[in-house]
Amino acid sequence: MKTYRAMVLVSNDPLSIERGSQQVYTKLTEEIAAYGLQDEISLSMVSDIGRHDAAPLVIVYPDAVIYGPIAPENVHTLVEEHLYKGRVVAGLQAPLKEMTGRIAWLSARKGTLPAEQRIVLERAGLIDPESIEDYIIHDGYAALGKVLGEMKPADVISELEKSGLRGRGGAGFPTGTKWKFVSKADGAQKYVICNADESEPGTFKDRLILEGDPHSIIEAMTIAAYAVGASEGYIYIRGEYTLAQERMHRAIIKAEEMGFLGDQIFGTDFSFNLHIHSGAGAYICGEETALIESIEGKPGIPRARPPFPTTHGLWGKPTLVNNVETLANVPAILRRGAAWYHSFGTPSSPGTKVYTMLGNVNVTGVVEVPMGITLREIIAIYAKGMKKGSSFKLAQTGGSSGSVIPSSLQDTPMDFDSFSKAGVSLGSGALLICDEDTCVVDLAKVLLNFFRVESCGKCNPCRIGTQRAFEILTTITEGQATLNDLDTLLELSSNLAMMSNCGLGQTAGTPLVDILKYFRAEVEAHIRLKVCPAGVCTMKPHVHPEEKVHQHA
Amino acid sequence: MPTIKNLDDLKRIREEALEKKKLKTASGNVQVVVGMGTCGIAAGARETMKAILDAIEKDNLSGISVTQTGCIGLCEREPIVMVTVGEEPKVTYGKVTPEVARRILKDHVGAGKVVEDHKIAM
Ligand SMILES: Cc1cc2nc3c(=O)[nH]c(=O)nc-3n(C[C@H](O)[C@H](O)[C@H](O)COP(=O)(O)O)c2cc1C
Ligand code: SF4
Ligand code: FES
Repeated sequence: MKTYRAMVLVSNDPLSIERGSQQVYTKLTEEIAAYGLQDEISLSMVSDIGRHDAAPLVIVYPDAVIYGPIAPENVHTLVEEHLYKGRVVAGLQAPLKEMTGRIAWLSARKGTLPAEQRIVLERAGLIDPESIEDYIIHDGYAALGKVLGEMKPADVISELEKSGLRGRGGAGFPTGTKWKFVSKADGAQKYVICNADESEPGTFKDRLILEGDPHSIIEAMTIAAYAVGASEGYIYIRGEYTLAQERMHRAIIKAEEMGFLGDQIFGTDFSFNLHIHSGAGAYICGEETALIESIEGKPGIPRARPPFPTTHGLWGKPTLVNNVETLANVPAILRRGAAWYHSFGTPSSPGTKVYTMLGNVNVTGVVEVPMGITLREIIAIYAKGMKKGSSFKLAQTGGSSGSVIPSSLQDTPMDFDSFSKAGVSLGSGALLICDEDTCVVDLAKVLLNFFRVESCGKCNPCRIGTQRAFEILTTITEGQATLNDLDTLLELSSNLAMMSNCGLGQTAGTPLVDILKYFRAEVEAHIRLKVCPAGVCTMKPHVHPEEKVHQHA
Repeated sequence: MPTIKNLDDLKRIREEALEKKKLKTASGNVQVVVGMGTCGIAAGARETMKAILDAIEKDNLSGISVTQTGCIGLCEREPIVMVTVGEEPKVTYGKVTPEVARRILKDHVGAGKVVEDHKIAM
């Protein structure tokens, strides 16, 4: 894959075209060539990116500088100053004003706009997580006050449905719809549960929210309880997250003292009690029915579904289970409204997504970006590019239940629908970014080893299938496999997907399907040539990859 | 802490808290905030925090408020310390060991010179 030092985008919506964006584009092509930059800088047209007042726009990444309106005669200065000499041309920048959506986000990160466009991580890193006053100063509990004072449960649910919020725990189920199911379910006793088990390898976004802004989860759960008619709630926090547990514990006590939890919240008749339940380190307990079993004091083994937790959950009662990040969106949506929420992200996946970036990139860490941003943008802008000397090969999303994203999908918008159309999944929010030194067979082997160990063993397809797949992958890495084994792998994957009881088994075969779809030649090289093209697998008997290639050349 | 009965109560508490915070910032016109998430602590944020508090006590510095926060997502650069002096923009520092923390107090807080080699461009 070709790497560029900068990326230039020209807006190409009807209004921009009318105002001459095509001519700007042509002129940019000429000027970039005139300075000999065509191999360093990529130039492309993009569709509507907002800011119609300043159309046509020219945006330069990774600096995320927005220029506009740009006429052909401005192009020379822009190329000479910014692209050649690396100096921002302040005079040509689009006026800084209220901006929404992805551009707002990018410039917010550059410090040109206040960073308050963060939604989920709005307060993380800004407030003292142990101070309820700090939370209140930053609009904390205002949504709860508004909900209890002015809204009926049905209004809350309908606002959430309008917002289009979808679950961030992996499956992307519409949150408002789930709340409605629980509220409509029969039963006097209902529960709400926050899933803070976060055990996907490499994911730690939920921990950041719990540690940095614990009250936001308390507020969201109390709102949820009011909306669905629950009086008890549990936060199921992964056992290793001791700091998150401590902070949450203290936050609950403070919230109780001030009347945000307990009896007669905000002076109303509504009561809600919240408890912390510590997990004990099993990945499978993140699956919602295993989690419920675990709270009931039983081994964490997923139940058969249906019935779903929305009608038969904790102690057999209707139960709402939501992920931490999903819940963290709730107070902001109710405070500012569904329409505001739609100003971020894409129409079918509004809002933002928090990602944990890992791997062969210059900057690793956590970012919150609007839905619909591309992997290329995340790598270029937030991860500050691939590490020196390495180029992008693939990314693995969402810890182990995610997908393998090859470079051909780097420009696919990262939202639920675009990704599912492309046959991949966003997963839970980890982005393991790998370079050409990563062997796809080895990667799949590591993942399958994880599933094999973490399978609860309740059902055969998963218990035996993950083990068999792991064994076959091992023989491939040793150069001992045959091409028939690849068919067996695909068959195992389809059995896993069709016959497993829970999400673990159902998605365990995904990496197998993905690597055979996108990297079949590389897998076959292990078998036909007994060579690991990435130089990772130690073949038995050992043959030096280069020698082998020469023999065949 | 009083219990909150309605939105007006909440508003009042919010204003009181803001007022208190302003007073605190006015008396201490330097704010030092240490990122204390799990990675931060694992990277030594507690030692950094301790070094800052020790230095303030030892040198009898006044007008500095030291608080903690969650993490901003820059795991690689932990421990992270953010310093705001008066009306100046906030400066974010990365890889702040106790040693670096003492330099920040001396050079930045004491003499107005930003410690460039640990500054993170945001
Ligand atoms: C094996 C497995 C592990 C899971 N781990 C988690 C987890 O750690 N955290 C989480 O929120 N959801 C996890 N889920 C998804 C939950 O079952 C459930 O879908 C989610 O908590 C629903 O919340 P949401 O609608 O807000 O996304 C896991 C699912 C499976 C199959
Ligand atoms: S699919 Fe796997 S993890 Fe899920 S219930 Fe079956 S054996 Fe257990
Ligand atoms: S605690 Fe992880 S980056 Fe700060």
